[in-house]
Amino acid sequence: MLAAHLPPLAASLFSLIAIASLLLAFVMLGSRWLRHYLYAFAAESWLIGILSAAIGYYGDYPELYLIAILTFLFRGCLLPYLVLRIIRRLHIAREVHVILQASTSLVVGAFAVIFALGVSSRIGAELGLTGTVVVLALTVMLSMKLIGFLMLAVRHEAISQILGLLVLENGIFLGAQILVPGMPLLIEIVILFDLLIVVACFGLLVQYLMTHVGTTSSLELRRLVG
Amino acid sequence: MVGILLLAVALAPLVAIILIVVARRPGLAAALNLTASIVSFAAAVPLPWLVQADPRVFWDGYIIVDALGAWVVLCAAVVYLLASIHAVGYMRLLDEPGRLPVFYALFAGFALTTLVGPMMNNAGLYWIAIELTTLVSTFLVAFERAAESIEAAWKYIIVVSGGISLALLGTILFYWAGSFVLGPTYDMTWEALRGAAPRMNHALLTLAFLLVLIGYGTKVGLAPMHTWLPDAHSEGPTPVSALLSGALLNTAMIGIIRYLAIADAAHTGPLLRLTLVALGVVSLIVAALFIVRQEGIKRLMAYSSVEHMGVIALGVGFGGPLGIAGALYHMLNHSLNKSLMFFGAGNMMRSYGTKDIADIRLVGRHFPVAGALWLAGAVAITGAPPFGLFASELTILRAGLQTSAAWASFVMAVLLIVIFIGFLNHFRLMYAEAPEQPDSVRGGLSAWCVAPMWLALLPLFALGLWWPQAVWAYFGGITHALGDGSLLAGHMP
Repeated sequence: MLAAHLPPLAASLFSLIAIASLLLAFVMLGSRWLRHYLYAFAAESWLIGILSAAIGYYGDYPELYLIAILTFLFRGCLLPYLVLRIIRRLHIAREVHVILQASTSLVVGAFAVIFALGVSSRIGAELGLTGTVVVLALTVMLSMKLIGFLMLAVRHEAISQILGLLVLENGIFLGAQILVPGMPLLIEIVILFDLLIVVACFGLLVQYLMTHVGTTSSLELRRLVG
Repeated sequence: MVGILLLAVALAPLVAIILIVVARRPGLAAALNLTASIVSFAAAVPLPWLVQADPRVFWDGYIIVDALGAWVVLCAAVVYLLASIHAVGYMRLLDEPGRLPVFYALFAGFALTTLVGPMMNNAGLYWIAIELTTLVSTFLVAFERAAESIEAAWKYIIVVSGGISLALLGTILFYWAGSFVLGPTYDMTWEALRGAAPRMNHALLTLAFLLVLIGYGTKVGLAPMHTWLPDAHSEGPTPVSALLSGALLNTAMIGIIRYLAIADAAHTGPLLRLTLVALGVVSLIVAALFIVRQEGIKRLMAYSSVEHMGVIALGVGFGGPLGIAGALYHMLNHSLNKSLMFFGAGNMMRSYGTKDIADIRLVGRHFPVAGALWLAGAVAITGAPPFGLFASELTILRAGLQTSAAWASFVMAVLLIVIFIGFLNHFRLMYAEAPEQPDSVRGGLSAWCVAPMWLALLPLFALGLWWPQAVWAYFGGITHALGDGSLLAGHMP
């Protein structure tokens, strides 16, 4: 497996990118401005694109260059643009009523990372890969997952929920690049396209929410209970 | 032969979508969708008999038709046919002919994704098929454009996308676990994963399976991940509710069954099966609580779906020949019965102009035929003889008693009795209680609305009285293909 036998330079590069992505997830968690989420998400996607290219180079997987380019285009440019268009149309700049203060959610996020580290080091030890970039990749993957769910739970603006879901997916994609770089190209490309359709659907639905329900805040969605 | 039938199952809805989009005429759209459903159904019926014990693989191994998949495709095709018949009558009542082509195109698209999902041989492609079902059906749930429908659609897409992303993580971890055995690049077929499972790392496999279970469990509607289900099932148009409940949930359940077979092959111990059994029990508890105190008629049916998915999860979790046979038989029975129940609920909803149980009174007097069919369906869905669900639930109970998790069988029995009383009490009120004020009932249900109720009830009755030997043998073959395994059965009394 590639990630276990890397030259030191590559290992540090991968670690750097993984940690930077995690930090960007925290930026999203700590901010209340929707645009900050979006910029952080775009930056995170670029980092993942760089990561794909780097793994393609060090692991000799030429098809990953294609994935890197598609990641740049779709996740780094097209998705943020689509979300930006929705934000512009809705005239919403930030979360108005927060369920959890930014500082509190940062602390909860930190606990999520500790939990993820616990799980990953256990798995790493089982596989005899302690101390490699694998453990770090797994940690970042699981923590971004948990942070994404945290964002879904404590944010109620429709846009933040979309971005929360995108963070979930980014975490998986980042981890997958390091752990299973040999995953068949077809699957990766289809998942990328799938994401595009998902966001398009979300865009349409947000529009419906605005016109037919009159709000984009999930706090107001409480007609259906019981 | 199998290949041609398979193409027919999938191409019929696809062609229908294209023609509907091109023609854009409401009447034609309904006819096209109905034709597509008939073709799909006709092609799906012989599939289980043709594949029997030897699975066929197509398109470089991306598509598989095995006994299990063919059975689930059959269940989906049955519901698609029934729902398409009902849609002809029901969608006219909405009085929006201009939007009907969009509805039927989406409807056929939804049926297409549910029909092809079980045929996916690659775990990654299966995930994508399940994701697509969500995207298409979201817009069907939102179709009526009422504030409630949009709210339901939003909850549906957020909850299910979040859940399904866990399944993606689990899928990737499975791939990773397999890559230690099969090398960095391989085709992630169910067979390859099962072959590699005995040499996979147990801790990693357990983590991956639990993620997949929670992920697809969200889509199946197992409690406590069921929160999207009552909203989506109650707010979409009735044919959509039937397709969601009778077809989609099974399509997601097949993923859990296939992954469980992989986990069994790895001999990780009874923990994973016990988790599934626990989810089934929790689903039954949640369903029982909400059924007893339910006020909305379609929400009542939706919670009943949570109940029955819990029953199927228990059957699969118990495993062994009885458990698998019971669970698969229950799938077909539930598909037929829940379609019948939703059609009845939709008819009454339109006739009485309300979704509240409290405002639906004297159903039997106003609608002698449709009312009698619906009541028979209610008796059937609570698991009373002589209908199919009695047979399958009893089989699952028996399966549970043979395992070390026999406690779950007892809990299941008690909860089924609670649900029986609670569910039928609502029907007692709707049929026998006099209304508080004289109600205005819109009479005259069209034959399109009533005929599918007959078509669902009669087979259900037959399946309860007579369980052919060939079907037993068929289920036995599936159990064998899944590895015979019930780890819980290790401690037989």
